[in-house]
Amino acid sequence: MDDQIPAFEGPVCPLPLKNETTIVLGHGSGGLMTHNLIQDVFQAHFQNSFIKAGNDFANTPIPENYPNGKLSISTDGHIISPIFYPGGDIGRLAICGTVNDISMSGSKPLYITASFILEEGLQISDLEKIVVSMQKSAEEAGVEIVAGDTKVVEKGKGDGIFISTTGIGWLPDNIQIRGDLAHPGDVILISGTIGDHGIAILSARGDLGFETNLQSDVAPLNHLIQSLIKEIPEIHVLRDPTRGGLATTLNEIARQSNVGMMIYDELVPVNSIVQSACEMLGFDPLYVANEGKVVVILPNEYKQKALETMKQNPYGKNATFIGEVVAKHSGHVVLKTSFGTTRMLEMMSGEMLPRIC
Amino acid sequence: MNKAPDFSKSFRDSHLVQGVVEEIKKITTQNWTLMEICGGQTHAIMQYGLDQLLPAQIELVHGPGCPVCVTPLDQIDRAHAIASLPEVIFCSFGDMLRVPGSEVDLFTLKARGAQIRVVYSPLDAVKIAQENPDKQVVFFAIGFETTVPANASCVLQAKAMGVKNFSILVSQVAVPPAMHAILSSPKNRVQAFLAAGHVCAVMGYWEYHPIANQYKIPIVVTGFEPLDLLQGILLSIRQLENSQHFAENAYTRAVTEKGNTVAQKIIQQVFEPCDRNWRGIGRIPQSGLCLREEYAFFDAEKRFQVEHIQTREHEVCIAGEILQGLKKPFDCPAFGTQCNPTNPLGAPMVSTEGACNAYYRFSKSSIS
Repeated sequence: MDDQIPAFEGPVCPLPLKNETTIVLGHGSGGLMTHNLIQDVFQAHFQNSFIKAGNDFANTPIPENYPNGKLSISTDGHIISPIFYPGGDIGRLAICGTVNDISMSGSKPLYITASFILEEGLQISDLEKIVVSMQKSAEEAGVEIVAGDTKVVEKGKGDGIFISTTGIGWLPDNIQIRGDLAHPGDVILISGTIGDHGIAILSARGDLGFETNLQSDVAPLNHLIQSLIKEIPEIHVLRDPTRGGLATTLNEIARQSNVGMMIYDELVPVNSIVQSACEMLGFDPLYVANEGKVVVILPNEYKQKALETMKQNPYGKNATFIGEVVAKHSGHVVLKTSFGTTRMLEMMSGEMLPRIC
Repeated sequence: MNKAPDFSKSFRDSHLVQGVVEEIKKITTQNWTLMEICGGQTHAIMQYGLDQLLPAQIELVHGPGCPVCVTPLDQIDRAHAIASLPEVIFCSFGDMLRVPGSEVDLFTLKARGAQIRVVYSPLDAVKIAQENPDKQVVFFAIGFETTVPANASCVLQAKAMGVKNFSILVSQVAVPPAMHAILSSPKNRVQAFLAAGHVCAVMGYWEYHPIANQYKIPIVVTGFEPLDLLQGILLSIRQLENSQHFAENAYTRAVTEKGNTVAQKIIQQVFEPCDRNWRGIGRIPQSGLCLREEYAFFDAEKRFQVEHIQTREHEVCIAGEILQGLKKPFDCPAFGTQCNPTNPLGAPMVSTEGACNAYYRFSKSSIS
């Protein structure tokens, strides 16, 4: 048998082949492959002077003519399956999520950093699509992606790609928007239909047994919020109802502000596809995730003006009034049905589980 | 996808609802206790606050129709033992994952490394078996008559396609024997039943005529929308006030007297009646369905000899009495404190069809 073993001529090169189409461990080595990946994928698309400089840091100026104020900083990890879904992808989610978190304080988001955990086997073309989507979303929001990092984990130790983002924004001193500032008598508005993101993701996973043409609502809300603040600096609370849905977000605010809330069931906007999917699965749209909606709480006298302003932005065109902040049942959110009956809206507990029949 | 049906405009119309409520108020002259069989009905009643619309004389008690609630503890422990085997991929409906067994729940086992998957249809479990020929794929086949046809179909499909690494752990139960058990109890308070519309869509309601006769009790097949439920309540009260007792259908858009005969044939082909334990209630003769001998190959209980099942119920939980309509969730000392949806002591706090879960999530009375 020995004579069957082919003889090697010269040394065998252990380096991965060049022009690799998938991510391999070498891309996280810090060596030439990492360098090439950064150059070909990240620097090619994140086009700004900070990234181009190729440093491990970005020294960013506070833009000129800004009023006195404070830095706003927010950080977030993004994991999602599938990484591409109708209406978005993990890259757009990462940028919009951080832009929105910064925006909810009334701050203007300026800069973002992104850290990528890539799983061996991820298609480089998919990574590039994600990076392009991040840049497009950043341009839409008017923020710059100024620094980043890449690590690679072995196959089976990640879910394709995880992205952590940190955002920095600027909050002028005259703006006071916080979760503990809701007052009895305030009105509660929402920028559009609820549950679109959660149901679009479930549908895209393909194991529901039905398909929808529903799109995730993932979107940067900073322009909508900046124009709202410009018109009405008296806004009390802004919050994006992401995981846990609208009901959980309202509960958080009710507890923080020590107030009650009355929500009118028939006024809460729900897309009919989301409604049907929830009926089938035993979900409640009030607990399904959103990625491009904002809850606005402000004094009653600004209600009309706020709705008109929100409706001028494409991401607020379905903005509507859904309820009121009340002094009674402090810390609790109550839903009033169209029959005049009431029920408690609790925070979501655990995961939502599809029912049996 | 077809255009979504607009429920809010048809069966949730507030004017129509008000009309039926007025009619119920007009004909109610004394106290009546009604039981809605199905947990889905309990949930809808609480979700829309329908109990708040009814005259004070009408009391609704909640029935045993919550599949995960009545699945016996020994079977859940058996499921946990099978799911923990390294060669097994264990498939379950979603709301079984947080149901506590004697020691743990399926979520905990998943976190410890067991391969547990949520499926929306039992046929998905057969597909998983085909995709994983080196694994044993087990589906936890629980539920009432509503889930049996699909569970029977997956056995037929696995047999036809020769999927040998697939089996089901069966805990199927039927509604009529439970109605007998409730009505023959000396503690029974139920004076009329709202029968479960989805169960009747499969089985029809021919089985209910002898029960209505034997116990002199109105049985009204009832749907799940606010108008359906109020219509079911109206017909029940009308029978009670007129001293009548018969099985009638208030859910004609989905249910016929004979039901879905094709589905019934599939059930009979694969399953046969057998005695079953109900969690919190006990053994009810001929209340369950077991795989027939010719499909015994697909019986997970026979395939995996899991020994040493020692069950231990939580000492405070009163799930059994709640499932029989003898007590309500507020009667439980642990309700909302020691027991909540995040840390359930009993199954009725877990499922969206469980009475405790519905009370916890929706009840106005829980406002402190």
